Amino acid sequence: MEHTVQFAPATGLLSGMWLLVALPAVSAAVLLLLGRRADRWGHWLGCLSVGAAFVLGLLSFFALRGQENRAVQLNLWEFISAGSFRVDFGLLFDPLSAVFVLLITGVGFLIHVYAVGYMEHDEGRRRFFGYFNLFVAAMLVLVLGNNYVMTFLGWEGVGLASYLLISFWYVRPSAATAGKKAFLMNRVGDAAFVIAIFLLFAQLGTVNFDGVANQVHTLSSGVTLMLGLLLLLGATGKSGQFPLTAWLPDAMEGPTPVSALIHAATMVTGGVYLIARSNFIFTANSTLQLVVVSVGALTLLIGAIIGCAKDDIKRVLAWSTVSQIGYMFLGVGLGGAAYALAIVHLLAHGFFKAGLFLGAGSVMHGMRDQVDIRRFGGLWKYMKITWVTFGLAWLAIIGLPPLSGFFSKEPIIVAAFERKDWTAWLFGIAALLGAGLTAFYMTRLFMLTFHGPKRWTDDIEHPHESPPIMTIPLVLLAVGSVAAGGLMVGPVPKWLTPVLGHEVRGEAVLAHSAITILAIAVTLIGAGLAYLLFRDGTATAPQPAGALVTAARKNLYIDAFNEAVFEKPGIFLTRALVFLDGKGIDGAVNGIAASVGGGSGRLRRLQTGFVRSYAMSMLTGALLVVAAFLAVQYGWFA
Amino acid sequence: MTLTPEWYLLLAAALFTIGAVGVLIRRNAIVLFMCVELMLNAANLALVTFSRINGTLDGQIIAFFVMVVAAAEVVVGLAIIMSIFRTRRSASVDDSNLLKY
Amino acid sequence: MTPAAVLAATPMSTGEMWVFIPLGILALVGALGMVAARNAVHSALFLVLTMLCLGVFYIVQSGPFLGVAQIIVYTGAIMMLFLFVLMLVGRDASDSLIETLRGQRVAAILLGVGFAGLVCVGLGRALAGTTAKGLAEANSAHGGNVQGLASLLFTRYVFAFEVTSALLITAAVGAMLLAHIERRKGERPTQPEQMRARFAPGNYPAPKAGPGVYATSDSVATAGLLPDGTLAARSIPEILPPRELTSSETAPKGTDR
Repeated sequence: MEHTVQFAPATGLLSGMWLLVALPAVSAAVLLLLGRRADRWGHWLGCLSVGAAFVLGLLSFFALRGQENRAVQLNLWEFISAGSFRVDFGLLFDPLSAVFVLLITGVGFLIHVYAVGYMEHDEGRRRFFGYFNLFVAAMLVLVLGNNYVMTFLGWEGVGLASYLLISFWYVRPSAATAGKKAFLMNRVGDAAFVIAIFLLFAQLGTVNFDGVANQVHTLSSGVTLMLGLLLLLGATGKSGQFPLTAWLPDAMEGPTPVSALIHAATMVTGGVYLIARSNFIFTANSTLQLVVVSVGALTLLIGAIIGCAKDDIKRVLAWSTVSQIGYMFLGVGLGGAAYALAIVHLLAHGFFKAGLFLGAGSVMHGMRDQVDIRRFGGLWKYMKITWVTFGLAWLAIIGLPPLSGFFSKEPIIVAAFERKDWTAWLFGIAALLGAGLTAFYMTRLFMLTFHGPKRWTDDIEHPHESPPIMTIPLVLLAVGSVAAGGLMVGPVPKWLTPVLGHEVRGEAVLAHSAITILAIAVTLIGAGLAYLLFRDGTATAPQPAGALVTAARKNLYIDAFNEAVFEKPGIFLTRALVFLDGKGIDGAVNGIAASVGGGSGRLRRLQTGFVRSYAMSMLTGALLVVAAFLAVQYGWFA
Repeated sequence: MTLTPEWYLLLAAALFTIGAVGVLIRRNAIVLFMCVELMLNAANLALVTFSRINGTLDGQIIAFFVMVVAAAEVVVGLAIIMSIFRTRRSASVDDSNLLKY
Repeated sequence: MTPAAVLAATPMSTGEMWVFIPLGILALVGALGMVAARNAVHSALFLVLTMLCLGVFYIVQSGPFLGVAQIIVYTGAIMMLFLFVLMLVGRDASDSLIETLRGQRVAAILLGVGFAGLVCVGLGRALAGTTAKGLAEANSAHGGNVQGLASLLFTRYVFAFEVTSALLITAAVGAMLLAHIERRKGERPTQPEQMRARFAPGNYPAPKAGPGVYATSDSVATAGLLPDGTLAARSIPEILPPRELTSSETAPKGTDR
């Protein structure tokens, strides 16, 4: 490393950045501890705390712009101290944290406001907002921590909030199971993350970002590879990437605002944040980067393919999220300039995917919680605002210029083509194909939902538009979807330079303009194909399909694979152990006890209570003793 | 035919065995006790004979002690039989069989 | 040297043999008789016979003190105690012929025969060829059997002797405790109580009338006549007609005034 990373102590306004975490945390505590007494006003407190955090985040952002060293840290107190191991409860506000803080609090605020309307008729609304604020607090800890342990603290916090919110309607078995599934699959990644932290401490003696960044070049490449793979596994767990992808679609069992905030805009991008934050580790090893790129490319294709086959509006969006985060992984894996591009895509995705989910929630709100896109159709006439905002977000995600998706996704595709060797073609074409598929399934979703003939279920007579408290956030997010990409693609990479390094562009194997034209072309082809196929609606019952579509409907057999490879042997092992414990160990113990008991039960029959029987046994004993004496004396048995 | 003092021992063994068998087959507690006394006496006979064979008086001394202890035992044993008989109106040892499994 | 001491030389003298054979047989007969007799009193008497024989054997084997003690203590005191207890318990308490424990009798006899056989074989093999020293020397050392026993008893065995005395005392106290039925003061009715009970309603205070004496019968089963000509139920034993006093009979008759 040619330059050392140094964090300045926080001064002035920035020394109050602990409030960013404290505001939602206190609000969550109030909401969860006061119980029913807070039912009437709890949701407003939840919105207010996140809104205040957003304002504070904006102020901090502008304060940071005025700083010479754009990385300030604030060590609040000693968190863990054991021997030479010392972890501070420290916060770090640098360009990367800043954009995440703004995303989390900004989009989070809008979704909070939306949820006030969405959850209006749910009697658990106060609890919901308590969990929601808990999530925001934990997510802010995740992005503001100045060391890996703090990040892990937030990491687990968002995992907890995610679990609580996925199984928010815990009386539904599917929701409870989905929560468990998310929690368990996250554990796999979290364990890897923890081991990575252990490894860091064992190798470097520190877990602070600055310390690790400055010393990482002293590590051998094997250790770096190991470290990177562990962090990557942790990141895949949180971000629903291959191979830990299966929990994310099931997480849609939670309320729609949860899907929008946690499982689309913020928490699932935690993996991208982790890799971007640990860029010094990933940059240090090209094999590692290749692995990350492969994971990203594979996941973006998996997500896109499955997304094409799903009929549940939220599942399609969930697989779309998987796919889009695949793009981000592709970006952070490519390294160099693509780090910043991935972050830009992350931010833009935060806007349009939140908009899409909230739009979906608005549709469900008007359609009595119907989620099957085969039962929608023609809704544009009935919910104009939702239609317009959803449409803008749709155009944004498929990457049509000049909406934000184009500005954030196209550079990643270009960057994929900029790799040095033949893998440029591999990943470039994968990214292009993903773009085409994205266009196809999103267009399918949009057409089936808002256009074509009505295929509603009989109980719906007149779908209604959502109340303003839900549509205003939709509009604001739609504005973000339209404008964010174009506005951010220039300044944000520059802004992130102190963290992610200088922009170094490689030489693409194709001309930049050619790639752009290709990307737009595949997008148009995908969208056009979907338009032609689905403008007249679709059958309301499942249709027979080919092998690929069947596989995609079944999540490419990922769940089946998990079940066969991990769950079944696990169950079998458990049963075997239970059997072994029951029949073997307990059996031996109980068997010995039972045989002793049974034997004693029979032996005690000798205790007849008749003195003469006892005397008989005495005489028998005496006889035997005499016989033994004589036998020994005269060697009768010798 | 000449007999040696061992014949006393054989007689003692026979008496002892008869006493033991008596303990096993009689049920009247008092008769049982008499059988025990017979066994003690057989032992005494053996002791006296040993005393003669060894040419010392220790055997007789021990026989004397056996007699004393037997007397004490008889006193206590008969008292026990009496009290059992008073409460159960029976002197049969088979009737006192509550202490069992 | 006493004649008994002479007899104790090995092997048995002819005189001793003539004592041993009949008395030995008698002792065996007594032992077998004791085990076999159904009546407990007969058992006791058979045992007395055996013990007497054994007493003679002691005397013959240079143990006059033990022989006399055997006769006085065992046959005189202990066996009388047995008989005494037998009388208390009831001498009709003879065994029933039915063996309650299955196979006990056969097994006992087999075991006994086996045991006796083993012991006899062992004794025979162990003692074959040993010569008895005789007690002539030991008895004469202190001037006689009793003196010899006494000198041993009060020197080498004095501690055991004292302990035995403690045992005897303990046994006597224990027997007293076991046999004694304690009556507390309150349990015993006082004289006024007894008198009140006698004149209480339901009890007939006067002596009971004797059974009737008639020309046809003077059996205890025929009731006497009361002055009013009715039969006096109380004049015959209770076990004959089990009946209770009527209300007129239990009514006060003015005698308790």
